[in-house]
Amino acid sequence: MRFKRSVDTGQPRAPHWLKGLAYGGLVFLHFPILMIVIYAFNTEESAFSFPIKGWTLRWFAEAAARQDVLDAVWLSLKVAACATVLAMILGTMAAAALYRRVFFGKDAITMMLIIPIALPGIITGIALLAAFKMLGLEPNFWTIVIGHATFCVVMVYNNVVARFRRIPHSLVEASMDLGADGFMTFRRVVLPQIATALLAGGILAFALSFDELIVTTFTAGHEKTLPIWLLNQLTRPRDAPVTNVVAMLIMLITTVPILLAYYLTKGTESVAGSSK
Amino acid sequence: MTFAVEFTQVSRIFGQTRAVDNVSVQVREGEFFSMLGPSGSGKTTSLRLIAGFEQPSTGSIRIFGQEAAGVPPYERDVNTVFQDYALFPHMNIRDNVAYGLMVKGIGKTERERKAEEALEMVALPGYGDRKPGQLSGGQRQRVALARALVNQPRVLLLDEPLGALDLKLREQMQVELKTLHRKLGITFIYVTHDQGEALSMSDRVAVFNNGRIEQVDAPKLLYTRPKTTFVADFVGTANVITGALAERITGQTQPFSIRPEHISFATTGELPADRLGVAGEVADVQYHGATSRVEVQVEQKLFAVMVANQDADDHALPVIGSQVQLSWPVSAMVMLQAG
Repeated sequence: MRFKRSVDTGQPRAPHWLKGLAYGGLVFLHFPILMIVIYAFNTEESAFSFPIKGWTLRWFAEAAARQDVLDAVWLSLKVAACATVLAMILGTMAAAALYRRVFFGKDAITMMLIIPIALPGIITGIALLAAFKMLGLEPNFWTIVIGHATFCVVMVYNNVVARFRRIPHSLVEASMDLGADGFMTFRRVVLPQIATALLAGGILAFALSFDELIVTTFTAGHEKTLPIWLLNQLTRPRDAPVTNVVAMLIMLITTVPILLAYYLTKGTESVAGSSK
Repeated sequence: MTFAVEFTQVSRIFGQTRAVDNVSVQVREGEFFSMLGPSGSGKTTSLRLIAGFEQPSTGSIRIFGQEAAGVPPYERDVNTVFQDYALFPHMNIRDNVAYGLMVKGIGKTERERKAEEALEMVALPGYGDRKPGQLSGGQRQRVALARALVNQPRVLLLDEPLGALDLKLREQMQVELKTLHRKLGITFIYVTHDQGEALSMSDRVAVFNNGRIEQVDAPKLLYTRPKTTFVADFVGTANVITGALAERITGQTQPFSIRPEHISFATTGELPADRLGVAGEVADVQYHGATSRVEVQVEQKLFAVMVANQDADDHALPVIGSQVQLSWPVSAMVMLQAG
């Protein structure tokens, strides 16, 4: 079987059935999400009839008026913000310590940093819960933040360490040579160089924290973050339209920052290493 | 007297490698001092030891009489011009040059005036608003120089600063560096692997090999009176003769060196008492403009002979494959230590 060649690139063209499968896969993945968005504007209260009978913004007003929704949104925003700040500080410090020096146990430490994203959330959750119990800590706001920070640190670390590797070390030495101590060098030379990577890592961490459910169920106690609130909604079908509105809100709060992070790290070749 | 920089039995060991191996050397105040050697010879590590980016494993380094051990780079009265320039890419040229002054807490107007003065000194007035990325290699080099000099260091360290420039620009910068050195009167310590550069610019040159210093001397002495086979070979072109061949020519096994420009072709026959020589076969003749280089095979050794082209027209040059007698004045020979 011969492939047709594209006029533009000369690369072999994919056959139609393969294209059909690829687009089909994408539609299958995103169709349910589209449905949620559509039904957020549905005039009917609980039935999922298609096509929908009419459009309304009523559920937005209703969602905005409900204290439990507002509380959950506010809690999730607070948790995500705290976890992000913590991750940005710890992730940057870890990256700075690990990107250049070679020492005994370095690989092990790197592994320990990265493992929380590979580890099933349920394991992290159980482990954290057991640890908090042992320390005599009641699950509260800060236990949620710590739980989220475990995987948020990696997002920042990965982004920042990649940038660190591209900064010529002579920049740091030049700054020290010109009289700047470690802190000044970090503030004036290192931070401007890693800023976009740090921000991108932070944004990813925020998005990740904002919709995290599994670890949170173990560490939240009776606090209700937005994803936990959503999960509980499943038992109340009459609330479906409000749930759809909130789900859409989560989508917006997480996708927009991820796109932003993508654009921040896209054209960074021109930032680092342009001293040469 | 106190020296600008003084190494006393300094070693810097990385794992198994003795990057700097028991080096003792004194750099005088105000001199243009070069550290010359092949890559991996310890010259750059020595410079980094002075700057404070490395700490000696053993031995002591004094800068103007002050023990430097444990003093961080930012508290040393030396500034460095880096091989890759290391300009801060996110700052414009003015902020780059003024960085050292900003760190010291000097006010904005004052430091910008000084930065502009420094830029004028390196012939880049009015370039302050540009970014490093907009400058050519030679211009970045000058900015790096201005950024170091604006702090008025007592010692300026230069780490192969001209390495990335093309030949014409390099020659021009050599002249400018030399002029700058005379004007400022501060100590320059210059690391290079280019022996021509070291000879033409320096007051004194230290020749590094395998982490050790083989010889420290003024360029002329280094060239005319090398002490070791390494120095004779590395500085300029030399015919370094060792072993059995040396014994056949001089009657001693001690190695010696003879420069290509001191060798002449003689008619066969008895050599005068003040000359030595050897016979061989012409292997190659290369035209170099003002001079020609004739390579003569004597046993395993290829002798280089330099002939000035103005008093030798083409007929005077030997033909490849012909037998020739080489001879040189005994006074031009330098006896060497094996090195």
